[in-house]
This record gives sequence, C-alpha cells and structure tokens, in this order.
Amino acid sequence: MFEKALVGSKRYWTWVIVLLAVIGIGFITYLQQFKLGLGITGLSRDVSWGLYIGQFTFLVGVAASAVMLVIPYYLHDFKKFGKIVILGEFLAVSAVTMCILFIFVDMGQPMRIMNVILHPTPNSIMFWDSVVLGGYLGLNIIIGWATLHADKKGTRPAAWVKPLIYLSIPWAISIHTVTAFLYAGLPGRHFWLSAIMAARFLASAFAGGPALLIILALIVRKFTKFDPGKEAIQAIGKIVTYAMIANVFFLLLEIFTAAYSSIPGHTHPFKYLYFGLEGHARLVPLMWASSILAIVSIVLLVFPSIRKNESMLALACIALFVSLWIDKGFGLIIGGFVPNMFEKVTEYWPTLPETIITISVWAVGFLILTILYKVAVSVREETAGIELEH
Amino acid sequence: MSMDRREFLKIAGSSTFLATIGIGAGWILSRPGEFLEASQFLQTKELLKAKQWAMVVDMRKLKTEEDYKKVIDACHRIHNVPNFDNPKDEVKWIWLDTFEHAFPGQESEFMPEQMKHKPFVLLCNHCENPPCVRVCPTKATFKRKDGITMQDLHRCIGCRYCMAACPFGARSFNYRDPRPAIKEPNPEYPTRMIGVVEKCTFCEERLAKGQMPACVEASNGALVFGDISDPNSEVRKILNTNYTIRRKAELGTRPVVYYILDIPTSVVPGGEGNV
Amino acid sequence: MYDTGKIIFGIVIFVLFATFPFYSNIGKVSAKPEPKLDTPVIQQLAEKKCVESKEFMKVEHMQLLNEWRDSAIREGRRVYINSEGKEFKISLQNTCMNCHSNKKEFCDKCHNYAAVKPYCWTCHIEPKEKQL
Ligand code: SF4
Ligand code: SF4
Ligand code: SF4
Repeated sequence: MFEKALVGSKRYWTWVIVLLAVIGIGFITYLQQFKLGLGITGLSRDVSWGLYIGQFTFLVGVAASAVMLVIPYYLHDFKKFGKIVILGEFLAVSAVTMCILFIFVDMGQPMRIMNVILHPTPNSIMFWDSVVLGGYLGLNIIIGWATLHADKKGTRPAAWVKPLIYLSIPWAISIHTVTAFLYAGLPGRHFWLSAIMAARFLASAFAGGPALLIILALIVRKFTKFDPGKEAIQAIGKIVTYAMIANVFFLLLEIFTAAYSSIPGHTHPFKYLYFGLEGHARLVPLMWASSILAIVSIVLLVFPSIRKNESMLALACIALFVSLWIDKGFGLIIGGFVPNMFEKVTEYWPTLPETIITISVWAVGFLILTILYKVAVSVREETAGIELEH
Repeated sequence: MSMDRREFLKIAGSSTFLATIGIGAGWILSRPGEFLEASQFLQTKELLKAKQWAMVVDMRKLKTEEDYKKVIDACHRIHNVPNFDNPKDEVKWIWLDTFEHAFPGQESEFMPEQMKHKPFVLLCNHCENPPCVRVCPTKATFKRKDGITMQDLHRCIGCRYCMAACPFGARSFNYRDPRPAIKEPNPEYPTRMIGVVEKCTFCEERLAKGQMPACVEASNGALVFGDISDPNSEVRKILNTNYTIRRKAELGTRPVVYYILDIPTSVVPGGEGNV
Repeated sequence: MYDTGKIIFGIVIFVLFATFPFYSNIGKVSAKPEPKLDTPVIQQLAEKKCVESKEFMKVEHMQLLNEWRDSAIREGRRVYINSEGKEFKISLQNTCMNCHSNKKEFCDKCHNYAAVKPYCWTCHIEPKEKQL
C-alpha cells in the first residue's frame, strides 16, 4: 500500500519538498542547539519549560481526540463516520510522533533517552507518559493500517483488530489524563495544582483535535476525489461545539476559584497572563486574542444555521484551533512558571532558533500526515464505487 | 519464488523485531555484574554518618557582607559552580534572597526593617519527602540513606521535570557549557556538562572524608550541620531551644534546612535576657 | 516479483556504501598504539601495578569505571578493595588520573586508535600536562 505515497501529482510533490526543506532547516538548527545547549532557546532557570513542552501538551490532545470519531463509529455504529475515522487515526499517529519529537528536542541530554527505559521509575509520571504515548502510537498505526487494508479489499477488518480498537478508547483518555498529571501534582505550582486539569485537558483536546480534523477533511475534499461526507463533517462540528463550551466552562471555573478566593498563589498567574504582573505583560495580548477567538468560535458554532455553512464552520474551526493553541500550547505552560518560586517575575519568549525547530517538528508531523493521508485517499479513491459494508 | 511478497515482509519484519529485542536483552544482561569475585566496594572509614542530615542557619550570626560572601564562595569555588553573570543561564547551589522572596506569603509591611532587607542564605532543603525525587524519570535524582537528595549527573537526561517540581527553586540547569564560566577550576572536583541539572549535595564528597560541608566551615558558626534524627546532635539542641522556621513547610515536602530569625532584641519584650 | 533490476541495483549500492570503511582503508596501516606509562607518579611506585591486572584493565576498564561511578555516586561507597585486597580511593579524577597524568599519551592513544570518544572529560577535569 505504501507505494501509493510515491506516486502523486505535481502539487503533492511540491508540498512534500517544501516540508522536507523546512525539516532540513530545522534539523540544522537543532544540531546547533545540540552543540551549544538549550541556552539558545528563551528558557531560563525560572521558566524551564516553554514552547517545546507546550507543543507537546497541545499535541497529546490532538492525538487523543481521534477517540471522538472512534466512539461514535465503533461503539454506537454511527455509519457516517465510516470514511473519516481513518483520517482521525492517522492524525493521531502524526500527532504522537510530533509529541515524541518535542520531548526529544526539549531534553538537555537526548542521547540518554534510553535511561527512561533502562531505569524504569514507576513513581515518575513522565515514565508513565512515555509508556502510554508509545502504546498509543503503536495502537493507532496497527488499527489504521489494518482497517485501510481491509477497505482496500472491500472486506471488514480482521477480527483481532476489534479488541485493539476498543482498547484504544480508554487508552486515548489515558494519554491526556497522564499528561495532565505531569502538571497537576506538583506542590508549589499553584496554577497547575488543580483537580480539573485533566478534565480541562480532555475538553480542550476534544474541541481542538476534531476542529483540526474538520479543516483537514475540507482540504482533502478540495484537492482529491475523496469525500469524507458532509454529514460526517457536520456531526464532528457538533462534537467540537460541545467540547469547546465545556472547555471554556472549565477555564471559567478555574478563574472563579482563583479570583474569589483571591489567594495570591492562585491569582498571580492569571493576573500575569491576562493583565500583567509587576509591569510584565508580554503574554497579555496573546491571551486576550485567545479569549476573543474562543468567543468568536463559540458564537459561530452554537447556531446550527451558521454551522451548516461549511465556510463558516471552517472559519470557526480555525479560530478555535488558534485560540486553543495559544491557551494550551503556550499560556498554560508559562503560567505555571510565572511568577517563579520566589514570587518574582521572569518572562519568557521563544527565540528564533527555538521557533524554527518548533516549526520544523510540525513539518515532520505534516509530512507524516500527508503521506498517510495520501495512502488512505488513494485507497479510497480506488474503492470509491464499492459501498463499505461495516 | 514460492514466498509471496507479503509473507516475506511479515517474516522479515518479525525477525527484525525479535533480533532487536534479542540484541537489547543480550546487551542488558551482558552489562557488568559481579565481574571480579574478590573485589569489594566499601565506605570510607572517615565517612560521617547520619539518618537524616540537616542544617540550621542562624541569621543572627550573619552580619557583614563579608560573612555571606565567604559562605557562598566556599561552596561555589570548590564545586566548580560556573558564574554566567546573567539570570537566564544562572547556576547556583547556595545564594541569597530577601525574606519576602524566601518565605513568600509570610512577609508583612510592618516587619522590622532588619528582617525585611537582610538576605537569607538559600540552598537545597534536602526535603524528607522530596518532589524532585518523586518526578525524576530516571532516578538521576534520588534520596541517599543519610537523607541527602543526591544528583547522579551521569544519568540525568535533562528533562527538567525536577525543576518544575522543586518548590524552592533550588535546581539549576546547564543551559550553556559551564567550563568557560569557571574562573579557577578546582582540579579535585568535576565540572558539569551541557544539559544536566545540578544543585547542592550537602557536600557528600566532604562527608566521605570526614569533613563538614564547605559552607558550614566558612560560616563562623552561623550554619550548623548535623543529624536531625539524633536527639543529641547539635542541630537538635538548637531546634529545641530556638524558634525556627522552614521555607514553605505547608507543602509537605518536609525541608530540613531551618532558619533562626534575626529579630532585633529591642522589639522582643525583655529581649536581652532570653538567650 | 517486479522491479528485480532496480532492487539488485539498490542492493549493490547498499553493499558498496556499507563496506565503504573497509575498502577505503585498504592499504593504510595504522601503527598499534602504545600507551605510555612513564609519569612521575608511576615511576615512584614500588610495584608498578594498576588497581587490577594489566590484562583486566585493558579489556574491562570501562566496566570497572562504570562500577566505580555507580558505587561512589549512588551508594556512597568510595573505597575499592581490589581482588588482591588492596585499597583504593574511588575517583577517576583523583585516583586514576593521579598516576596517569599523561592523558594524551595514555588514554587518548588507544581511544583515538579505536575511534572512541568517551565523554568523561567534559566533566572530569583532565590533569594539566606540561606542554613539551
Ligand atoms: S529543595 Fe527542591 S531540590 Fe532540594 S530536595 Fe527539596 S524539592 Fe528536591
Ligand atoms: S532533569 Fe535530570 S534529575 Fe531532573 S528530573 Fe530530569 S532526569 Fe531527573
Ligand atoms: S552543603 Fe556543600 S554543596 Fe551544599 S551549599 Fe553548602 S557547601 Fe554547597
């Protein structure tokens, strides 16, 4: 099946080459970081995690969100997701790969990464995170490949795939719960020390991931003969709407607790993010942009009449995605470090090399996604006439 | 050929997989165990022993700028702690900060000027329930039997999870090569490399030689070091007879660095007579 | 099977590539390394012997150093009693390099020959060698 990725239009190859070029530039920049150390990033003693870990966190959510298609399709027999579910599974593969890469580029001594396995430490959440992420990657590769194979032959997936699919559902929840636990159990980081962290993570994941999927599905439909289905897209639109509302609700709960209790440790990070603290306000415009985009997306999504219009839906999804990206891929991490353990403010802003490396990791993700989607779409284009009998 | 392509790929794939596991297992098993029967590893005879080492910082005895400088320089010089002169890449094992930053939330507008501005000596608290140890994915940070929170710099992967977890800001990451930032390296102690996290080790290398920590030695009695589980130790005697505070004790990490505040005697009723 | 020609061509390229180090080195002879032992400290020794036998050290010094490292850092055991009952302080920087103060003529000789680059000395300070 893989050979399908090696034949394609000029447009396909141009896109692949552009991605490869970006990856190349990023790789050279990474070699620089490898040699000189993480000092070339904006990270500091006070803000010791930044853009990389933020992207990791955000992408775990994107990966977990595949479950939002798997549950309706496999548990509730919602047939309309028949064609799009594979796009979700392959998106998960690409997202987990990016997660792993972001962890890798964030490490001070990446060559020692095997130490996590050679000296397994069950009391460390990071150990469990690597276990569940690795497992999830494997599950999605196997499931995606097996179902696609079956599709190609016009049959059902083999019997052994079903249990794996069921397993992938709690597994998806676990990857994001464990990722939330990375943060939610640290004494002294008041911004993260909140029981609703995992729930909020899942809500934002189930909004952001499917929103990205809608955008991707629309792109796929535009450029190929493969149609994921209008109704499928609309159904995902509903999922995005509910999840986004839950996410904003959870955020407001956090803000209430911090503001009404007015305990300094809890209010200061919010103050820093939304209003600035002690004259430091670097993240303020970003955080407000995120809030405004969140409101815009919700307004566009809640009214079925607007949502039905696909270009409005696309617009809403883009707004939502950007909003969540800022909130979770950036603000959430930085907010945990500002103010620092001495109630002092040290600001963080990514440097150019750091940004280039980040973009190129995304490029790796897009490359994987492109190739997997190319294969999936080619298979589906061939079998377009055959009605799937699931 | 009788084998079709799929079958070939399956066999090739699974044999590669098995070979990888085999090589991996072989490598792990072949790592040195007891490879020289008669050899032994022992503790030094001079080693100072304890169940839980602890420290008391008597702020009353730290008076001049010189007093502070001696304490900090003693540590940073013998441990090859680099000096980058910028807060971003900064590495420090022992350092100074004011009351409101060392004990956030405890300060008040009206506290004695002397307490408000007098710097406190801060270092790793060698917590009895250390979050840094809990989160470390490789056991590079671990608790020794004598209560020291130790760093294995050979094993640290530089994930900085411990820095996020330590509520005391005691840990520093090597953002840059530390070598050029060490003025006079101590040839008897290693430096660190890019990408690992370091902190105070309670001078375990000196304890092994029967010596007190360098900062304690340089402090003229302001820093006192001892076994907190031993009721007859000097630290316990001080704790029994003085009011002491610890940093962020409410977080439950059980820090073992205690501070005696320098309260101006004039504000304590009957102050002179109470020592 | 199809594309047999291409596959064979690919295999040939691969084999040529994988064996590059061998044929590119044909005809070049590297002298066998002879690490030097003539440091002042070694000269003074009554019995010129390392912590274990020469044969053992030659093959196993890296494993021994790993054991030393784990023993000293992780278990706090900083004394090594060798297989003959002799006692040594465990320290790369202060014990090993005290005798082998000629890192360039000793360690580097073999390491360069074997093209290995142990990164011990990014942290452990190497002895100051007199520039000749
Ligand atoms: S002070 Fe920080 S680094 Fe030291 S033991 Fe406690 S948590 Fe760990
Ligand atoms: S940075 Fe090193 S010591 Fe800290 S948690 Fe990671 S591996 Fe452990
Ligand atoms: S105990 Fe030793 S390592 Fe820790 S601060 Fe004092 S001198 Fe430095």
